[in-house]
Amino acid sequence: MLIGVPKESSTGERRVAASPKSVAQLVKLGYGVVVQKGAGQAASFPDELYIEAGAEIAGRKTAWAADIVTKIEPPTDSEIDLLKPGAVLIGLIAAPRSPKLLKKLADAKVTVLAMDSVPRISRAQALDVISSMANIAGYRAVIEAAGAFGSFFTGQVTAAGKVPPAKVFVSGAGVAGLAAIGAARALGAIVRATDIRAAVAEQVESMGADFVAVEAESQESSDGYAKEASDDYAAAAERMYAQQVQDVDIVITTALIPGKPAPRLITEEMVATMRPGSVIVDMAAVNGGNVAGSKPDQVVTTDNGVKIIGYTDLAGRLPTQASNLFAQNIVNLFKLITPGKDGQVVLDMDDAVVRGMAVVTDGEVTWPPPPVAVSVAQVAPPPPPPPPEPKKKRDPRVTYTLLGVCAAALLALFWVSPESLLGHFMVFMLAVVIGYYVIGNVSHSLHTPLMSVTNAISGIIVVGSLVGLSQSQHDGSTNLAILVLSVLGILLASINVFGGFTVTQRMLKMFKKG
Amino acid sequence: MSISLQQGAFIIAGLLFILALAGLSKHETSKRGNILGSIGMAVALIITVLATLLGVKSGGMAVTEALPIWGVAAILVPMALGAIIGVFRALRVEMTGMPELIALFHSFVGLAAVLVGWVSYLEGPPATNAGLHYGELFVGVFIGAVTFTGSIIAYLKLSAKMKSAPLALPHHNLLNLAAIIAFVGLTVWFVILPASHHVTAAGEAGGGSTGIVLLAVMTGIALLLGLHLVAAIGGGDMPVVVSMLNSYSGWAAAAAGFTLGNDLLIITGALVGSSGAYLSYIMCKAMNRSFISVIMGGFGSDGAVVGEAKDYGEHRETTAPEVADLLKNASSVIIAPGYGMAVAQAQGAVADLTSKLRTRGIDVRFAIHPVAGRLPGHMNVLLAEAKVPYDIVFEMDEINEDFSATDVVLVIGANDTVNPAALDDPSSPIAGMPVLHVWEAGQVIIFKRSMATGYAGVQNPLFFNENSAMLFGDAKVRVEDIIHNL
Repeated sequence: MLIGVPKESSTGERRVAASPKSVAQLVKLGYGVVVQKGAGQAASFPDELYIEAGAEIAGRKTAWAADIVTKIEPPTDSEIDLLKPGAVLIGLIAAPRSPKLLKKLADAKVTVLAMDSVPRISRAQALDVISSMANIAGYRAVIEAAGAFGSFFTGQVTAAGKVPPAKVFVSGAGVAGLAAIGAARALGAIVRATDIRAAVAEQVESMGADFVAVEAESQESSDGYAKEASDDYAAAAERMYAQQVQDVDIVITTALIPGKPAPRLITEEMVATMRPGSVIVDMAAVNGGNVAGSKPDQVVTTDNGVKIIGYTDLAGRLPTQASNLFAQNIVNLFKLITPGKDGQVVLDMDDAVVRGMAVVTDGEVTWPPPPVAVSVAQVAPPPPPPPPEPKKKRDPRVTYTLLGVCAAALLALFWVSPESLLGHFMVFMLAVVIGYYVIGNVSHSLHTPLMSVTNAISGIIVVGSLVGLSQSQHDGSTNLAILVLSVLGILLASINVFGGFTVTQRMLKMFKKG
Repeated sequence: MSISLQQGAFIIAGLLFILALAGLSKHETSKRGNILGSIGMAVALIITVLATLLGVKSGGMAVTEALPIWGVAAILVPMALGAIIGVFRALRVEMTGMPELIALFHSFVGLAAVLVGWVSYLEGPPATNAGLHYGELFVGVFIGAVTFTGSIIAYLKLSAKMKSAPLALPHHNLLNLAAIIAFVGLTVWFVILPASHHVTAAGEAGGGSTGIVLLAVMTGIALLLGLHLVAAIGGGDMPVVVSMLNSYSGWAAAAAGFTLGNDLLIITGALVGSSGAYLSYIMCKAMNRSFISVIMGGFGSDGAVVGEAKDYGEHRETTAPEVADLLKNASSVIIAPGYGMAVAQAQGAVADLTSKLRTRGIDVRFAIHPVAGRLPGHMNVLLAEAKVPYDIVFEMDEINEDFSATDVVLVIGANDTVNPAALDDPSSPIAGMPVLHVWEAGQVIIFKRSMATGYAGVQNPLFFNENSAMLFGDAKVRVEDIIHNL
């Protein structure tokens, strides 16, 4: 089947739904690919690269008339008219907000797979454009902030004086928030972050930021108190935000709830307390904004000199990267829906991922999908095993008593032992202890050489055989049995001594640092 | 030669042995450690040979007499022969055959200890404390004999000359116990036996033969015990067995040292004994099994699935070109090798793949489970032989956290050491064993000959994960296919 990649038509959209690399992968899956002339221009993918990867370059109409059309932005009315009946359209649809668009697409008798309706299950992560775009947007938000900010991010000590590092506060530690934390840390800023989910503190800290928790009095309450507790939480959160924004130079807010107005996190009063030159990036501006006074796609400068950036196309501002990841997400989708690798799309509506994405099927609106059932094959996880009983700490008195008894028993034993034994026993005991401590430090990778060396030195038993040999002589007569056994012992132990050291040296020579 | 010179040389040799083991703790100092050890051995050998040939004097009194001129031949001929055999074996052995060689070497120490014990019995009792001498001798011969046959069986199992499945006679634990009780009884009898029933001091006529019979019976029992003990342990527990035998060979040498009153033997034996015991302890911990349970015999002997047969769903197969594609597009790869890699002799191909991927700028690392292979540290030696730099080879605890940030994991010939059931299934026979968390990676490719279970006979749910794919066939051939497709 033929996949069409039209040029994006909405103004300012520089991304494209296929990269030369993704085209090569699609061709490998058995598809033909036709790319509209100049489709990748804005993302720095010239037409020649697509041709090299195995695509054909064609006009707008040809691209839209393909069996499958991959796109980024939702199609316009005129574009829908170009789709041939029975075609499959893949791209962002924003299904919950666009019932009219869905209706039109259904009327055009096409099937639509919405890349932004991928169910959030782990198997589908490879197709999840929301995550891949959020990652880019989070990074870009920091870059935008750095562009608008009048100072360094990183602290420096220069000949002219000391520059303190910038302080960045990130609200919301989802994919975008974590990406923003990473980018800001990489630029050298001091980063703090908060999230309503206290559990993400670990992820925040793993990115190198400090987690700021909301200091709410935790009320383990029954239903009657729930409202109050939540009010309490809101008040505590507000105090925390008020405190943080005063202290930092850059604020990045990422709190976006799908299909709902964005929560207002930062009020006008809070913005007023910020230092002039501070920058706020409101990544939720498209849904009304987390910050009072932010406007979609605009940079607003407040009276006290704080810049509020409300770009809604942050991911698109990194067109090459965004196109690459988007295209890869699409390739991963094709891998899922091309089980035969023969260039034929098979839409398995029993597959929760495909069903979730199919917002229009053969001219019928099939959104919203039934709730994702836990896949049937999956066995319900067994209840977690009971935590192992903590080892009972023994009463130290018992331990000492036992030690005392052992020592006394040994002492009694030594008392009746001959002197000569005790001297040897002392040596033996010390050697055991030394052996234990010396070996305890040996690195795992050297265990085999260690064994072969200990093997070689245990060939010291040859000394025993030599001593035996010297005992075979008594007053000029020779004890033949002793002689033979000793010679045999010397032979065996020598194999060990020489073989052991040789093989160890051979092994150690092989270990090389990269 | 004065006895002080001999003792002084022994002290120096003992010190050098300790430094040798300490040197082996790090790669940077390991070669020096080995050299120090061989110097120590040379010092000990030269001084002992001279002492044997020239005789030892203490305070002007001869402790031992000088040997006649044939003594030079009696020492040098077997020693040279032993050196030739030993060096020859050491240079020729394949790194995959290292476990067998080490097991075989252990058996020599065991047998030598038995011979030393017998020789010192035949020499007759010392002037004082004869009972103590007999007791030490008896224990020395016992440990030596167990080490000898145990190591022989381990050698046969490791070199596949004998089936590696545990061979369990009925009531085998009772048999072991009976052998030990018999040993204790015989020891007591041997020690309290009147002097007239023992061999008398050399050169004197007379002396009864009861002592020699007792010693022979006990040696026989110990030999059988060694056979039986190791025959009951399966192939996958071999890392524990080999390090246990290593330990025994040390104790045997130490016991010989007590018999002869030789401190160098005691020090060396104790060093080797405690080091082997420590290694066994590490291995047991890595399998979450107690030492006793390993000795009591292996589990899952017949390869049948233990526990109820659960439906894990379908596994997915993949092909070498697909894996090659996957690797090309990955930015980080971890390879988790197991005994299967050694069996397929795939380490060279794996190293080749590693260097090819690394030249493409892909981060490739190795994750080694402590009990991977048949010998502690076996995988490291194989990879080193194939010229994989040791600083990209990591131990389980160092790398387990990193799997979640890894694109592709190649599991080559490992099974139980990557089984998630050890963590989530409390009813699994391997529950609680620390394992490599390979399943946290983006994609897991498992190289395997078939869907058969691993050593523990436990099904591995990893194979049925969404992000797992099986690549069936000989690991070496498959890896070469992948290189071909890169």
